[in-house]
Amino acid sequence: MEKINLICIECPMGCNLEVIKHKDIEVKGNKCKRGKDYALKEIENPKRVLTTTVILKNSYLKRLPVRSEGEIPKSLLFECIDYLNKIEVEAPVKMGQVIVENILNTGINIIASRSAEKLP
Amino acid sequence: MYDVLIIGAGIIGTSIARELSKYNLKVCVLEKDNDVANGTTKANSAIIHAGYDAKNGTLKARLNVLGNQMFDKLCRDLDVPFKRIGSLVLAFDDNDLNTLHKLYDNGIKNGVKDLYILSKEEVINIEPNVNKTVKAALYAKTAGIIGPFEMAIALAENAYENGVEFRLNSEVIDIKKEDVYVVYTKNEKFKARYVVNCAGLYADKINDMVSKNRFKIIPRRGEYYLLDKSVKLVNHIIFQCPTKLGKGVLITPTVHGNTLIGPNAEDLEDKEAINTTREGLRFVLDTAKKSVEDIPIGMSITNFAGLRARTELDDFIIKEAEDSKGFINVAGIESPGLSAAPAIALYVLDILKSSGLEFVRKNNFKNKRKGIIKFSDLSFEEKNELIKKDSRYGRIICRCEEITEGEIVDAIRRPLGATTLDGVKRRVRAGMGRCQGGFCSPRVMEILSRELKVKMEDIIKDHEGSYILTGPTKKEVD
Amino acid sequence: MQYDLVVIGGGPAGLAAAIEAKENGIDKILLIERDRELGGILQQCIHNGFGLHIFKQQLTGPEYAERFINILKEKNIEYITNTMVLDITDKKEVYILNEKLGYKKINAKAVILAMGCRERTRGAISIPGFRPSGIFTAGTAQRFLNIEGYMVGKKVVILGSGDIGLIMARRLTLEGAKVIAVVEIMPYSTGLTRNIVQCLKDFNIPLLFEHTVIDIKGKSRVEGVVVAKVDENKNPIKGTEIYYECDTLLLSVGLIPENELSKKAGVIIDKRTSGPFVTESMETNIEGIFACGNVVHVHDLVDYVTLEAKRAGKAAAKYIKGTLRRDGVKIITINGKGIRYVVPQIININNSKEVTLFFRVDNIYKDCKLEVRLNEKVIKSIKKDKVTPGEMETINIDFSKLDIKQDDKLFVEVKE
Repeated sequence: MEKINLICIECPMGCNLEVIKHKDIEVKGNKCKRGKDYALKEIENPKRVLTTTVILKNSYLKRLPVRSEGEIPKSLLFECIDYLNKIEVEAPVKMGQVIVENILNTGINIIASRSAEKLP
Repeated sequence: MYDVLIIGAGIIGTSIARELSKYNLKVCVLEKDNDVANGTTKANSAIIHAGYDAKNGTLKARLNVLGNQMFDKLCRDLDVPFKRIGSLVLAFDDNDLNTLHKLYDNGIKNGVKDLYILSKEEVINIEPNVNKTVKAALYAKTAGIIGPFEMAIALAENAYENGVEFRLNSEVIDIKKEDVYVVYTKNEKFKARYVVNCAGLYADKINDMVSKNRFKIIPRRGEYYLLDKSVKLVNHIIFQCPTKLGKGVLITPTVHGNTLIGPNAEDLEDKEAINTTREGLRFVLDTAKKSVEDIPIGMSITNFAGLRARTELDDFIIKEAEDSKGFINVAGIESPGLSAAPAIALYVLDILKSSGLEFVRKNNFKNKRKGIIKFSDLSFEEKNELIKKDSRYGRIICRCEEITEGEIVDAIRRPLGATTLDGVKRRVRAGMGRCQGGFCSPRVMEILSRELKVKMEDIIKDHEGSYILTGPTKKEVD
Repeated sequence: MQYDLVVIGGGPAGLAAAIEAKENGIDKILLIERDRELGGILQQCIHNGFGLHIFKQQLTGPEYAERFINILKEKNIEYITNTMVLDITDKKEVYILNEKLGYKKINAKAVILAMGCRERTRGAISIPGFRPSGIFTAGTAQRFLNIEGYMVGKKVVILGSGDIGLIMARRLTLEGAKVIAVVEIMPYSTGLTRNIVQCLKDFNIPLLFEHTVIDIKGKSRVEGVVVAKVDENKNPIKGTEIYYECDTLLLSVGLIPENELSKKAGVIIDKRTSGPFVTESMETNIEGIFACGNVVHVHDLVDYVTLEAKRAGKAAAKYIKGTLRRDGVKIITINGKGIRYVVPQIININNSKEVTLFFRVDNIYKDCKLEVRLNEKVIKSIKKDKVTPGEMETINIDFSKLDIKQDDKLFVEVKE
């Protein structure tokens, strides 16, 4: 049996959840159903949206903000960052443009968070 | 070989350098730091005292009163902000009243002009915010406020323009007396006929390299609050009656329109202890409340501490070492050192003269220094004319103080120009305002980086080692 | 130079206000931005979480900004960047400065103030100690990292658990720094729970409540900070000091609406919000000068900034066309028990029968009611599981069925 404490982030209430793993997974402390769903997701496969920057060339901006188009496994965050730290992008860039396709085989693309014109 | 070598580029060293630059002499200033005015000169009350409190007959009294009178012309010539706003010493009880009269009498003896004892009503009339329990005040019309580091920077620039050499980052590590003095820094040695020791907190260390007549500099820390410009508490420099530890906590407008509150006084061992303390700041605030009850301390924009270089003597030490001819100490220059500085310079020249240094006036001495244009002080038309000539004046970098790129570039490019973030701040006030550089420091660093052709991560705040950035977020492959 | 409307500030508030005014029939609009590009602080907020209310999706700051910038451009609204407004008068003369135009006076029929806010500094909270390099406000550090592309340090302590501080904890960690702790003087965080979980807990960064930084060590660069527990009066408790070795201290200790310019025009500032007193139309005490966004009060969600800015833009358009009503009864809103402030402070129901009140509570309350009273009469009561000072609350009030008299008072209160 394993006990894990979580804070639900589905609403401002911020319920303190206690997740008990035996055969099934039991969730305590949630005031509504969303709390249980949140806890199950956090236990089974926590995922996050990644936002960071990549090197931008040929623009007055030195860095281009990027984000993952969907959520990626939390365990892969740092690996993705390492990957993106080696990426260089050339202006012009359009918001939403795919910067890295299917990053680390997660099925998720990394896209540009903004447009950047190239230097005149 | 130099005629005179000055050690220390604070307000005293730069005052003497500028005075010497009027004559045909080869003069050099050695400064251990990377900028002038980077020690006691940059953190003090910024007051030009009238001169009523130093004990009659002392050097402090004489040079203060004399120095005070010299500031109008000096500040006009050097384009330095200075305002004679007058000072008040408040009395709250009979003891204080007694002190006021003693100060008044002492002031008259010292030769201070325009001293008056004001009644309660007169005090409240000109200072509506002072504590209503005030009984009377000593009013000294000749007291003033100044930008102390602006003053030292201006003196240095003018001295430089008139031929004085400046060596920054040049800490003196030894002095040997041969036929002349040989002064050693880490990488260089300098020969000079005369050495003037203006090393402030370290004047004892320098003296010990030459003379057997020792003295000890005791760093006395003073902590201050600086309030936002929107706060208007007082119109004059407001003192309380002096105590054993000095003139006590004052409240004053600064020459740039902020309000300064402080200092306390604490004798220390550490000559680098320019940190503020919770206790010190609380003492300052609690004591200041005796003068003005309602102090909006939430409007504080910064707090800082400075160290005064005092000695056991109750007076300045300004004399030639008895056992080493040509070595002149200018030490223990605590308050009223800033007020006395111009007179100290003249006094040191007299000592040099009587020690045999020949003074021949330069006929091409430039007594005026062109300061950095203050864009916000210009008229509508002047602003536009300036931008037409140089578009960088059309770009505000520091929003709080309204400082343009043109001014910052000037601060960097002029002789003995700024090389650090604080160097820019001391010259043009970028980062001195209510956001304390939050908005402008990235911009100022960019300008420094461009003008000095150094990497962003190599720009420092102030002293060596005060790096701001640790490097780029990603490694670029070139 | 003559414009119908001058909008000062090209962040989310200014953008939305200008667009709304244009949509309401105003053509001669000039939007002025001091930075080199539009978007304001959003451009450095590269994290996601913006736009949930308005776009029903989680955008990053730059994405949220670009959507509005695109509309502004499509609508051909005139804007200038790299331009500072140095002065405004009560006659709505706006003095601007830039490299191309020089120092110029612009006459406007109406002005919208949308300058945003600035961060509180070390000086404002009087942290004693040395003054080395390595002390940054969280927003300045954010700009260095996300826009300029520089790291500010390697071992970091963060004071203040507001959202920017939390976001920066994660950002610094992802970029390779070690965030040692986040220290909060209050017993609760003013940041969103989601940020505490995803920015701190995800990376095992400790959050210390009722602690503060009492001393800063290091003569050149920060070498460490002393943190101590505080008592109920926020005074440090002796014996609880902890020394953290670090090279950087980040401050996330609050935001202040930036109203130095507003004051020059004679705009009166409400001490509770640090922003101007405003009406239901977001008009200040100076006729024809409106204000919106963080210059009025500090928001936690940009969506609400946009809504408020639309109100200002619409009302400014009405004012220019001469249809903004000045006659009629006015109500004053009052922050009652448990409420720090209410915006707007004055309501003229002739201009709007339905008004959204923005307000903040002064503490954490659980299982409480937010109550709105017209004088003595309760007109609205909303049950809340939990309210916190970190999250702005809103209540819609419909005045159409209420009997309103001049100078009636509208109270907002927390009922426990």
